[in-house]
Amino acid sequence: MSTSETEYLKGKASEEYEHGWYTDIESDKAPKGLSEDIVRFISHKKDEPEWLLDWRLKAYEYFEQLLESGHYPDWAHLDYERPDFQNMRYYAAPKGKADYDNLDEVPDEILETFERLGIPLEEQKALTGVAVDAVMDSVSVATTFKEKLKEKGVIFKSFGEAAKEHPEIVREYLGSVVPYTDNMYAALNSAVFSDGSFVYVPEGVTCPMELSTYFRINEQGTGQFERTLIVTEPGAYVSYLEGCTAPMRKENQLHAAVVELVAHEDSEIKYSTIQNWYPGDEDGEGGVYNLVTKRGICKGDNSKISWTQLETGSAVTQKYPSVILAGDNSVGEFYSVAFTKGHQQADTGTKMQHIGKNTKSTIISKGISADYADNSYRGLVKVGKNADGARNFSQCDSMLLGPDCGAHTYPYIESANPSAQIEHEATTSKVGEDQMFYCHQRGLGEEEALKLIVNGFCKEILQELPMEFAVEAKELLAIELEGSVG
Amino acid sequence: MALLEVKNLHVGVEDEDIKILNGVDLTLDTGQLHAIMGPNGSGKSTLAAVLAGREEYEVLEGEILFDGEDLLELEPEERAEKGVFLAFQYPVELPGVSMTNFLKEAVNSVREARGQEELSSADFLQYMRERAELVNIDADLTKRSVNEGFSGGEKKRNEIFQLAMLEPRLAILDETDSGLDIDALTNVAEGVNKLRTDERGFLVITHYERILRYITPDRVHVMLDGKLVQSGGKELATKLEEKGYDWVREEAAAAAAA
Ligand SMILES: Nc1ncnc2c1ncn2[C@@H]1O[C@H](COP(=O)(O)OP(=O)(O)OP(=O)(O)O)[C@@H](O)[C@H]1O
Ligand SMILES: [Mg+2]
Repeated sequence: MSTSETEYLKGKASEEYEHGWYTDIESDKAPKGLSEDIVRFISHKKDEPEWLLDWRLKAYEYFEQLLESGHYPDWAHLDYERPDFQNMRYYAAPKGKADYDNLDEVPDEILETFERLGIPLEEQKALTGVAVDAVMDSVSVATTFKEKLKEKGVIFKSFGEAAKEHPEIVREYLGSVVPYTDNMYAALNSAVFSDGSFVYVPEGVTCPMELSTYFRINEQGTGQFERTLIVTEPGAYVSYLEGCTAPMRKENQLHAAVVELVAHEDSEIKYSTIQNWYPGDEDGEGGVYNLVTKRGICKGDNSKISWTQLETGSAVTQKYPSVILAGDNSVGEFYSVAFTKGHQQADTGTKMQHIGKNTKSTIISKGISADYADNSYRGLVKVGKNADGARNFSQCDSMLLGPDCGAHTYPYIESANPSAQIEHEATTSKVGEDQMFYCHQRGLGEEEALKLIVNGFCKEILQELPMEFAVEAKELLAIELEGSVG
Repeated sequence: MALLEVKNLHVGVEDEDIKILNGVDLTLDTGQLHAIMGPNGSGKSTLAAVLAGREEYEVLEGEILFDGEDLLELEPEERAEKGVFLAFQYPVELPGVSMTNFLKEAVNSVREARGQEELSSADFLQYMRERAELVNIDADLTKRSVNEGFSGGEKKRNEIFQLAMLEPRLAILDETDSGLDIDALTNVAEGVNKLRTDERGFLVITHYERILRYITPDRVHVMLDGKLVQSGGKELATKLEEKGYDWVREEAAAAAAA
């Protein structure tokens, strides 16, 4: 690549993070550090039922064991300092009432914060067809369109509310897909999770609107540990999207979420993520550690779970949204675009676990790296011995936008059933000088050319996003590519 | 008036001790069409690439004036905006980039440079249909990603379509006639003829006299070892077709010895 392009691409790293501002609101915080008392403090703040506190404490005990024995999940192709668990805060809530019954009660600063992020919480201003749960630091501050959803029997509320109002459902499914024993961060999340969203779609109901949760880290020195649980009863359908941003901070902030999806017979969950946490500055200082555990189970026959993600933020990302294909004929999909620039590192992919007969999975992963960034795909396709007729198709494409960045693919296959059909394709391409020159010759500048080429590369994935968010995703990619081209 | 003046152009490859062009002189007036022929590796594509501003080539000596302005001062995209168009010998694939998006960006950046307003989406699509009809390109191709999975011939025809879309002042065609079947060849030739105007100049690089039967050149030049060593009318192309390049080499050697 020519020098001017290299310069341009380097310039992109130093570009300002658009959501790096901070809202000055009074907040209610736990002291720094982690202990059993902190776990109790959080549970108390949230006025939780006893069974939930007990579960948290068990998770905390398990976390302690893992910590003592040094069981860090650091086998990924990532290089970062282990978080100092005693030097962060596990609970911060905008002061006042934690969860507002009515939008009129939500303080103006908070409404403005979300409005500035492009997420108006007043229903009349909102995107039509999208209900939003807004989570700031540790608590859900507002959920829109609750009434409209209630008519259909759809439950969409903060995790905290759900635990109190629908304990039987929450208790049945909490930890059923991602037990707290899964890994260190899942254990930590289970002990200290603050809020998140809960979705329940009853039998035969197609959720009438897109559901969306918007996560915002605001407070300094605070980790974000949300938990999302989505359950679809037989024949139900829901499409859910999460979005996230954080202010610019010198220190690294930890985000360790857990997402659990349960799809019963003939039901479908479509889960999309637009992840834009603060990635750190041009020297690689600061930024969010995004270490999350996401898994869904296709419990019933003919059920389907589909993960779509656009990952552009965070200093470090380690996540593998996975599907357990238990029901016969169930379908799992994973569509991913991971864009890393500056000093960002991402190790992401999926695990497709075929258990039922004639189960089918599709994996399409696109990794783009610029500057000094490192981008890895890691995927496991596992076929159990009873999974007759299981099929998988995987395609992993990487694109390098410069000489100093890296792309890696680690596909693993474990098959115990000879009738399984597994197909894997991988490509790595450099945005060639030829492609850039072709665009320039047609009158396009560096930035326009790169935007077109990168958008083209990601097209298959962006198409999978719900229409309301596809435009946002394209704009986000465009902003990521925008630079100080002189 | 001269649209393009190339004076004593010497070109090498950056960082390497390779010299490709050794003193090219060429003047093309508006409204004219010149053909450049010459053996493989003689430097024809290099000349085309240098005119379009490819960075890997280093101009060691000489100058290029376009409408009297120093072309070498301009970035490739600025040259495109001023009206330099290159139909590539090997058009590049842009996976997933739709023809519509690509050409919309291209047409609008060229229009902006010319002080014209951006076309609305509806006007643009209308314009795209008209131009596709003019050069007789399959409308299905314009709905696909740029050159992705196009056959060799389709890629060449797509270059002519883009030429029609961008309406440049100078069009350089680098072997656009190679690899075309008879029908496609007449099609491309017809397209070029329709696009010839008093304001536009053409530089047509080719190995075959065949295309010149359809598009009559004002001049024919022969490139040999990075230099234009012969120039003549249309009949020069016929002579090359019949006799090959040996006599050109001999005459060039004799001239050099003298
Ligand atoms: N980037 C480069 N680096 C090294 N050598 C080069 C480079 N570009 C061109 N050359 C060499 O310069 C010479 C001229 O190449 P060019 O492509 O201009 O020839 P041409 O006349 O277009 O040939 P053809 O008729 O086969 O298309 C060739 O020997 C080629 O290998
Ligand atoms: Mg050539």
